[in-house]
Amino acid sequence: MHVFTDPKNFDAYLSGFLWILKLTGASAVFALLLGVLLAGMRVSPVPVLRGFGAAWVNIFRNTPLTLVIFFCYFGLYSTLGLSLSQELDLNRYWLGVIGLSVYTAAFVCEAVRSGINTVPTGQAEAARAIGLSFAQTLRIVVLPQAARSVIAPFGSVLIALCKNATIVGTIGLMESSNVMKDLINSNGDAVIPIFLVIAGTFAALLIPTGYLFGWLANRLAVKR
Amino acid sequence: MSTTSVLYDHPGPRARVRNTVLSVVFGVALLGLLYWIYTKFDQANQWEPRLWEPFTRSTTWTQFILPGLWATLKAAVVGMLLSLAFGIVFAVGRISDHRWISVPAGAVVEFFRAVPLLLMIFFVFYGLPYVIKQPVTAFWAVVIGLTLYNGSVLAEAFRAGIRSLPAGQSEAAYAIGMRKTRVMQLILIPQAARAMLPIIVSQLVVLLKDTALGYIVAYPELLQRGVNDLAANYGNIIAAAMVIAVIYIVINSMLTWFAGWLDRRSRVRAFRVPKQTAPANAPDSTPEGGVTVSEPQG
Repeated sequence: MHVFTDPKNFDAYLSGFLWILKLTGASAVFALLLGVLLAGMRVSPVPVLRGFGAAWVNIFRNTPLTLVIFFCYFGLYSTLGLSLSQELDLNRYWLGVIGLSVYTAAFVCEAVRSGINTVPTGQAEAARAIGLSFAQTLRIVVLPQAARSVIAPFGSVLIALCKNATIVGTIGLMESSNVMKDLINSNGDAVIPIFLVIAGTFAALLIPTGYLFGWLANRLAVKR
Repeated sequence: MSTTSVLYDHPGPRARVRNTVLSVVFGVALLGLLYWIYTKFDQANQWEPRLWEPFTRSTTWTQFILPGLWATLKAAVVGMLLSLAFGIVFAVGRISDHRWISVPAGAVVEFFRAVPLLLMIFFVFYGLPYVIKQPVTAFWAVVIGLTLYNGSVLAEAFRAGIRSLPAGQSEAAYAIGMRKTRVMQLILIPQAARAMLPIIVSQLVVLLKDTALGYIVAYPELLQRGVNDLAANYGNIIAAAMVIAVIYIVINSMLTWFAGWLDRRSRVRAFRVPKQTAPANAPDSTPEGGVTVSEPQG
């Protein structure tokens, strides 16, 4: 454990995990908004919107995240000159957030759509019968009920997002995985403790998160 | 009738006009966005024929893309086979009656599901050589990482599959005198495996996408060969990334379609079986409420 008692290493470990948390937090918000919007498009009466939602989901769900992040960096930044911050690390961070958000939004969209499918058709029929429009039906009647059955899939999307945040290390952000690589390379005698601490941090955060979402999903499940 | 059409009335004259207007407005906005992207790339000279021309040469395919694709598929297939073995062993371990087996098996599965795949690949590639005193190839680093993660995911899927089987199946097997091992081997696993087939195939999509992480440890897979090395030769990183993305999308779409086809097929079968057995089993034939989403791991 001497590796982590060195304040320099400990700081690297902390800042690495902090990047992961920041990436997860920002991307979760954007992915959620975008994903719900996309799900709305996919069930809408307008064919162009449906097509757009379907195309988005099919493109991003079937492309490796590594390629998406890679494209954000080399395509958006290096080639097109999209710079989001003067600071190199912050720029990488925001490019990473873009990649993670557009990728995760596809999964959020599919989760919401499968949630919409669990709402009995009678609900939407009744909403239509009292004269609600499509937007009202979705917003007031269907989505609130779908939200409760979507909690468990959301939990796994969020957990996967947090793990996927390590992939932003590909474009040079010093997050947990890059920190681990550096620590291993400079402390060859303590590779197992290094792995156990850094992987253990993820496990300690994500395993309880999984159980929390499972518990929430059970508690808030619509009894039918 | 699908749920999507239940959300809105059959469009009347006004709704049809409104939908058309919305279609046109959004379509124009979308085309505008695409045109904007096009001009942005154009300003960066990304549509120059020089950058796209390499893809018409056969050497580009035989030297970069096809070997990369082969390496990707090889890692995915080996990873899948090992994951299946890992998944079955740990699923059976976790439902064992002996706590000294079930608790460690459960801990291993929970741990590897919660740890980012990249960390495992890095550990195997950079860390393990210090422990075993010999280098680990990038191929095995990727395959071992994929096996630990996807094996754990499959273990949970298998466990859910075995538990969702009607209790009568194992009861009948015990009644005709089978021991635990044979009940598992001959009765439970074959049925669970068939029910889990769609999940296994959709996990293959996850696995195939995750092989792209091999790029980070310089395993010569599709992303490494087709984008990184190709662009190093021709300076066409955007063009290469687009072509490779299309290849990934085509392969994964086919696998997804195949998983869906298997799912529909097994559902038709499952629909017939309960008619022959006791109808009491019918309500719990869909134990999870039907909301399943494949995990968006990289």
